[in-house]
Amino acid sequence: MEAVAEPGNLAGVRHIILVLSGKGGVGKSTISTELALALRHAGKKVGILDVDLCGPSVPRMLQAQGCAVHQCDNGWVPVFVDQEQSIALMSVGFLLETPDEAVVWRGPKKNALIRQFVSDVVWGELDFLVVDTPPGTSDEHISAVEALRPYQPLGAVLVTTPQAVSVGDVRRELTFCRKTGLPVIGIVENMSGFVCPHCAVRRPAVRLRASGPPACEEPGRGPGLHPGVPQECCLPCTCLHCPEDPGWGTGAGADRH
Amino acid sequence: MEEVPHDCPGTDSAEAGRGTACQGCPNQRLCASGAGAAPDPAIEEIKEKMKTVKHKILVLSGKGGVGKSTFSAHLAHGLAEDENTQIALLDIDICGPSIPKIMGLEGEQVHQSGSGWSLVYVEDNLGVMSVGFLLSSPDDAVIWRGPKKNGMIKQFLRDVDWGEIDYLIVDTPPGTSDEHLSVVHYLSAAHIDGAVVITTPQEISLQDVRKEINFCHKVKLPIIGVVENMSGFVCPKCKKEAQIFPPTTGGAEAMCQDLKIPLLGRVPLDPQIGKSCDKGQSFLTEAPDSPATLAYRSIIQRIQEFCSLQPSHEEKLIGS
Repeated sequence: MEAVAEPGNLAGVRHIILVLSGKGGVGKSTISTELALALRHAGKKVGILDVDLCGPSVPRMLQAQGCAVHQCDNGWVPVFVDQEQSIALMSVGFLLETPDEAVVWRGPKKNALIRQFVSDVVWGELDFLVVDTPPGTSDEHISAVEALRPYQPLGAVLVTTPQAVSVGDVRRELTFCRKTGLPVIGIVENMSGFVCPHCAVRRPAVRLRASGPPACEEPGRGPGLHPGVPQECCLPCTCLHCPEDPGWGTGAGADRH
Repeated sequence: MEEVPHDCPGTDSAEAGRGTACQGCPNQRLCASGAGAAPDPAIEEIKEKMKTVKHKILVLSGKGGVGKSTFSAHLAHGLAEDENTQIALLDIDICGPSIPKIMGLEGEQVHQSGSGWSLVYVEDNLGVMSVGFLLSSPDDAVIWRGPKKNGMIKQFLRDVDWGEIDYLIVDTPPGTSDEHLSVVHYLSAAHIDGAVVITTPQEISLQDVRKEINFCHKVKLPIIGVVENMSGFVCPKCKKEAQIFPPTTGGAEAMCQDLKIPLLGRVPLDPQIGKSCDKGQSFLTEAPDSPATLAYRSIIQRIQEFCSLQPSHEEKLIGS
């Protein structure tokens, strides 16, 4: 029988989405941040839980470095990145004494902090909680899924790039989702082609890491990497500032300004 | 090792066997007796095994996806071009083993002999070991917590029949956690020459790489230098250069000047690199005239020079 969630700090959170990838550097934190910003743009209240304890990127992406976490009667107050308090953020980045401090922890200590993030952060009423994860299928992922299971996450968004090396790791992440019973919302293929800023007008997009067809078109597999997984969307990588879309202006993986 | 409780303080902690989380753990009595604080016998066993390995280089980065495995593979290929040099490449990224694919060894299996596990050979003088060779399918996920990953790394170092090796290159996953602590711990008596730290130019990578450099200082691991990967992109159509990952805070050069660490070189982003990795071929032979190949070769030479300045094998043995 599934554990019933005790009314706690996640009681006011309507939907939980995990952003996963077996592969590092494909743009999980960027996608998590952009997803949160897009949901906020659509009028939703969003939280981001950054469980990448060794490499917490989300505070910098939302220009929230150096913010402090405060305590209240019910636990830790998340950091709000805007005055309207429409995006709440929790990350180990806020608990470090200096930005360069390394979190050199073995699994059990990481597991304890992740459980604390899930149970002790006072998220309040949120439409969506986006959980950004490090690459892999290890302690952080197992602990996050176990701690969130009573709250029935909506599912996982998997991020990959077109390279076979990335797709291979994401297949393993799909296996992780299947084994842990985590539904897969879909797959995002990031850095899917590159628009040269010098010849963008005259030339077609150049495939940045061309290694064959995109993952969604793999011969013999049909749409999606796995049967039943919805067709992915492909996001281009560009280093051109687009005035009409500042969110994508600096390209996947680059700094946010 | 038995499954550890969630809040396990660690077998070498002062609280081992005594913390509240220890109640009910099958290892509680063992830890409370102080056995966990005793030196791990595997360290001496690994030291013996490593006597035939002249140089050991770790390839690290706090950040994922910056090209650690790509660099490790091409460092191995570059060094192995000298047929008289024996190279071994060890992949300790247990959850995301990329090395078999990049080296064109997907689907290969590990064989055992009386003297231990055999390396899987790409060339006569270039052997590889990875958890990828132990999986029955490419889709198999390794969903292991830290202690089990640590056990695998110990087994790799202790049970692989390394033989006479000039350079052992160790490819690592991103971060500063179990795998990194374990490989440094198990090789603590065997002398690691140093670490090559990989980054890309943007601050979001440098932020994590500074943490990795701090980790190296904490565990007293020498740093050979930093490699800035994906450093500029030349459009194959118009030949003009663009910065895909802009060095908004000065890139690796500024970080290295700040931290007084050598910058070994910058490797531009050549789409051919990704293609070669996906095909399991050496980019150095597929695109010998690429600026990226020239950058790799210069960096490999600097690493060889660093290693040649290290104490000789005999001096290390005398000193140990």
